[in-house]
Amino acid sequence: MAVVADPKQNLFASGHTACAGCGQAIAAKIVATVSGKKTVIANATGCLEVFTTKAPQTAWRVAWVHSLFENAAAVASGVEAAMRYLGKIDEVNVIAQGGDGGTADIGMGSLSGMLERGHDILYVCYDNEAYMNTGIQRSGLTPLDSNTTTSPVGKRSRGNPRPKKPLLEIAVAHNISYAASASVAFLPDLKKKVEKALSYKGPKFLQVHVPCPLGWRHDSSLTIEIAKLAVETGLYPLVEYEYGKLISVRKIKVKPVEEYLKLQGRFRHVLKDEEALNQVREVAKANIERYGLAL
Amino acid sequence: MKKFVEGSHAIAEVIAKCRPGVISAYPITPQTHIVEGLAKLIADGELEAEFINVESEHSAASVVLGGSAAGVRTYTATSSQGLLLMAEVIFNIAGMRLPVVLTCANRAVSAPINIWNDHQDSMTVRDSGWIHFYAENIQEAIDLHIIAYKVAEDKRISLPVLVGIDGYVLTHAFEVVDMPEQELIDKFLPKFEPIVHLDPDNPVSMGLLGAPDVYIETRYAIEKTMQDALSVIEDVSEEYSNLVGRKTGGLVEGYRIEDAEKIIVAIGSIVGSIKDVVDELREKGEKVGVLKIVTYRPFPKEAVYEALKNAKYVAVAEKAVSLGADSPIFSEIAALMYKKGARPLINSFTIGLGGRDISPAQIKQIFADMDKDEPNTRYIGLNEKLLEA
Ligand SMILES: Cc1ncc(C[n+]2csc(CCOP(=O)(O)OP(=O)(O)O)c2C)c(N)n1
Repeated sequence: MAVVADPKQNLFASGHTACAGCGQAIAAKIVATVSGKKTVIANATGCLEVFTTKAPQTAWRVAWVHSLFENAAAVASGVEAAMRYLGKIDEVNVIAQGGDGGTADIGMGSLSGMLERGHDILYVCYDNEAYMNTGIQRSGLTPLDSNTTTSPVGKRSRGNPRPKKPLLEIAVAHNISYAASASVAFLPDLKKKVEKALSYKGPKFLQVHVPCPLGWRHDSSLTIEIAKLAVETGLYPLVEYEYGKLISVRKIKVKPVEEYLKLQGRFRHVLKDEEALNQVREVAKANIERYGLAL
Repeated sequence: MKKFVEGSHAIAEVIAKCRPGVISAYPITPQTHIVEGLAKLIADGELEAEFINVESEHSAASVVLGGSAAGVRTYTATSSQGLLLMAEVIFNIAGMRLPVVLTCANRAVSAPINIWNDHQDSMTVRDSGWIHFYAENIQEAIDLHIIAYKVAEDKRISLPVLVGIDGYVLTHAFEVVDMPEQELIDKFLPKFEPIVHLDPDNPVSMGLLGAPDVYIETRYAIEKTMQDALSVIEDVSEEYSNLVGRKTGGLVEGYRIEDAEKIIVAIGSIVGSIKDVVDELREKGEKVGVLKIVTYRPFPKEAVYEALKNAKYVAVAEKAVSLGADSPIFSEIAALMYKKGARPLINSFTIGLGGRDISPAQIKQIFADMDKDEPNTRYIGLNEKLLEA
């Protein structure tokens, strides 16, 4: 907790093997850099782990450990317990991080345990809305109608049949000090949220929207623009909670969802299917109403 | 200090005296008394440690993995389904070369669900890169845990250790034991000094991706260390034995095997019962003995061969199976003898699965039958009526 270093230090070195335009790489760099040198990161299996640490190389200039896919929160719990035992917890930020699959699906129990036990850990979920490392399979955070390799579009399917799992709300329900959603399109906001999260003691949670050009099938130069549109259409609300209470909402001048969808191959079929399009509009509308997003 | 204790509480007490900094476990019979004991010691302020109550065994193993990677001595315990749920992390801990110590209160595996003793659980992870010890009695269980930390944390080794103690038979039994004093353990077991750890002042990355250009070497390195561990285990056991003034630990223990024609090989608490039968048969002039395997991984090939090479008949009596193939220890001993040249007649016997009682009469029967060759393992004490159904 509470160790916020000079954000200009580069603690996430270049030379890693992320795809061009990888949103997760940008966000992860911000998280490490804001947290600073006195950080230990436990990383779940997934793209981020693979593209940063192919032995004998590493992109991490902070202490970093990877164990398995579903246990980053538990490994971080062990690290945090060790830091407490050593009397170092007040000097160190312990961070657990993983993709949406590693967090919201296979690692859900481990995350819930970590949040419930009150560890002084920041958990960051990089939400690229599918299992990207294994080839774009559907996860619990894949949005409605998205075309993935395990929710393909076909005669009898318009893609992923379910809306996103309410991961942030699930985290909030643990009554933790701080929980927020963020986006790689709003970097100052992301930085502020990481800083703020780290200023609280106990468990805190961040869900960061990070486009994946390969998985979403968009041009790699459009990562930031697409992430921005997700927020501006109401499909990805940026909100903050403190001890279960909503404390801030990023207001938007609402744009039509088509502007977001049309830039991505994973939604191409939606634009040709009025019923599907209406479903997606409903999702945005519900978010806008729920959080009062409209300016 | 001599005291009369329950096995689980003896383990809790000795673990506390080894001063782990991070303990994590999840309830499962018959392991539970051990970690309850540790929780109470912490609650009473008698042990300075972080006790993490997790939501699953997978997380218990992951917590001790994280604690160990951060440079702190750690402990966990489990049984049966718990160990199976941990299996993924078990392999990971060994691959990361973390000196975690785990007690497996050995129990059968489901289905059918069964809370009683056999060795099927820990056998599932025999190939994982952990050192495996098995205790015959509560005294040995105490000693093996102290030896386990010293071996695991030895800089030449840096591997995790599983100590198998028979569920109920040892965990819930009472025995008079010699409980080593705190000063003795402190002297024997210095503070844990990790080779690398997660230190923000000196950042390292741990648990990297090992592509085909590096992976096989990581496995060979563990194999090589396992071979080196044989002498380290012997040396550490000797050092400890000298301190406590009792011979304990080590690789194998032969009981009346010097001139034995018939030898049963076994692990764990059943060895005690076999020793009694050996004494009885010896009185009648029968040349019989028992070989106890204390260290199952690394498999002490030399020591086992030396113990068995002059026997005429060997019976491997196991509380574990490899369904569809020969039982694990039998297979290993048969392969060892074939390779090294001595040719006693070796046969396989399955005993005591799921906590089935093993009587002295059955042990005598194994001694009587081991000179008859059979192609497959013989299950001792089957109820034929149940098989008809
Ligand atoms: C127990 C287990 N199951 C499955 C896998 C295979 N696997 C590795 S990474 C991955 C996908 C990761 O997806 P996500 O967590 O969303 O992160 P991303 O790669 O998209 O960043 C999967 C399925 C695994 N490593 N371990």
